[in-house]
Amino acid sequence: MSKKITVSKAIGEALHEEMLRDDKVFIMGEDMAVMGNVFAITKGFLEEFGPNRVIDTPISEEGFCGMAVGAAMRGMRPVVELMYDDFATVAADPLLNQAAKMRYMTGGQCSVPMVLRAPMGSGRRNAGQHSQSFENFFCHFPGLKVIAPCSAEDAKGMLKSAIRDDDPVICLEHKLLYAHKEEIPEGEYTIPLGQAKVKREGKDLTIISWSREVNFSLEAAETLAAEGIDVEVLDLRSLVPLDWDAIKASVSKTHNVIVVSEEVKRGSYAGEISAQIAEELFDELDAPVERVCGLNIVSPFSPVLEDQNFPHPETIVAAVKHVLNK
Amino acid sequence: MLLGFYRTMVRIRSFEEHAAECFTKGMLAGNIHLSIGQEGAEAGAFAAIQPQDYFTSTHRGHGHVIARGGDPKLAMAELFGKKTGYCKGKGGSMHIADMAKMNHLGANGIVGAGQGISCGSALASKIMGDNAVTVGCFGDGATNEGTFHENLNMAAAWNLPVVWFIENNCYGVSTEIHRVTNTPDLASRAAAYGVEYAVVDGTDPVEVYEAMTKAMEHARSGKGPYVLEAKVYRYQGHYCGDPAVYRPAKYMEDALKNDAIEKLGKKLKELGVSDEELDKIKQEAQEEMDEAVKFADASEYPDPATVLDDMYVTDNERCVAR
Repeated sequence: MSKKITVSKAIGEALHEEMLRDDKVFIMGEDMAVMGNVFAITKGFLEEFGPNRVIDTPISEEGFCGMAVGAAMRGMRPVVELMYDDFATVAADPLLNQAAKMRYMTGGQCSVPMVLRAPMGSGRRNAGQHSQSFENFFCHFPGLKVIAPCSAEDAKGMLKSAIRDDDPVICLEHKLLYAHKEEIPEGEYTIPLGQAKVKREGKDLTIISWSREVNFSLEAAETLAAEGIDVEVLDLRSLVPLDWDAIKASVSKTHNVIVVSEEVKRGSYAGEISAQIAEELFDELDAPVERVCGLNIVSPFSPVLEDQNFPHPETIVAAVKHVLNK
Repeated sequence: MLLGFYRTMVRIRSFEEHAAECFTKGMLAGNIHLSIGQEGAEAGAFAAIQPQDYFTSTHRGHGHVIARGGDPKLAMAELFGKKTGYCKGKGGSMHIADMAKMNHLGANGIVGAGQGISCGSALASKIMGDNAVTVGCFGDGATNEGTFHENLNMAAAWNLPVVWFIENNCYGVSTEIHRVTNTPDLASRAAAYGVEYAVVDGTDPVEVYEAMTKAMEHARSGKGPYVLEAKVYRYQGHYCGDPAVYRPAKYMEDALKNDAIEKLGKKLKELGVSDEELDKIKQEAQEEMDEAVKFADASEYPDPATVLDDMYVTDNERCVAR
């Protein structure tokens, strides 16, 4: 049995089910309670769970992320939302120096089972400080787990796993996926972190991607299929832990790879994945791994400019043909 | 009670003198920030903290561990980077924590970071409805971090059971606090957030204890946060080996005139305690800390093969592999 709901509704269901299941789960962030979140994800939660568990914060990102760390160290399971992932720079210390490091620095005495939900991504005409993709930033810091689901089914099942996970998990949610309506299973289910998913099987080339670019990659794959090029699309879903077995299996089959993300290309996590493939699967490759990312610029406002700053299906088609020399 | 304060202060100083000696001899590496000159404030404040309460600490945090009743052996072993230390040698002097016995949520190398963590712990207490108060200990420098203002504002708005204990030794590394801050006291900033506060002489453990008791009762009874500032001295430089040439001579003259251990010792003698009794306390502290050094020195370093352990609770191997 399945039902068709939006990604944002799927995220809301995950939060709702986990709050019912475990009274240690609480949510906090800007405009989460009375307003029910700018994307209406937590509408009605305040009335149902009360002000102790559904908390409107002041605009103090460093402050409330720090509080989430302290509450999590005491065994609570805070789910914190940043209105945009760009604001992680303001909250960098509690996330990167505290949540990420606390377990190791204390010799394993404590854990920080918090989740940070961070809307990310380009294409919404939000300009330079509201459009970034910080995968590289979060993945760089040992101690964090990082997920970036694309589908409604994954968004719900992986967020539930993230809330139950005993480590701090950064959940990157693409803003332009929230309104997507998709089929998801009825009832409760979870999807484990660290498992990539083959979204389309193919034999000529592997597209490794995550978040919204998975959808663009699938569109590109259809276009390419019409031209006789058969690509595989691997949705990583989870960036840390990384499903290396899935990458290895796909690359060993197709022998050609591109890695597609919306990040600034320089220093991107896409670059990290391509380096790992080059280091360890060189003998499997027929051509160099190509990164297909944003440009090394500030995200522009004007739609005609912003459209150049993240990969589109056409960009991906061109990159595939370039790698395959076609 | 006065003898208890005296003993705690002497033990803190002895621990620190032993740590400094080990550092000078090259027995331990890294940065060591000493609490000498802050013992009166720490002995007084921690006597008012109950077993169920929690606390956060700072880079200058050894004194808090001793005052809370921590084990000097495990603390010293952590300074030495040994596997018998509180954090198995993974944290060191700036990151001692003890979740099991002290409810110690961690010393912290980031100035001000304990402000958010202490308020988050207090938020957990409020949500769970337990009876614990969380104490955030930090120095004068941390009152100029943004987290001071963000977290105190939220703690006040949400009535959180948290007490912030400021040990004001007037110096952030080399910078005298009044060169960079326009208020004579630091706790007075609490008034801006509708939070009660007090300022006390940190060289008098009795005064600190009484003020801290009031602060803890305030927070525990649901009246929200409280900020207590104790004026203390930092006898050494910022860290062990810093000669503190940036400080006027008068600072140390005043400090020594107000030495908390000397002052309380004099008072105890006036009350009829003999020199022998006070000397015995000092001798016992000396022996206890000698033992701590021996234990730390004789302990093994962590097995290099454990370097990847403890990063994650679940899926550790896969998470650290790539």
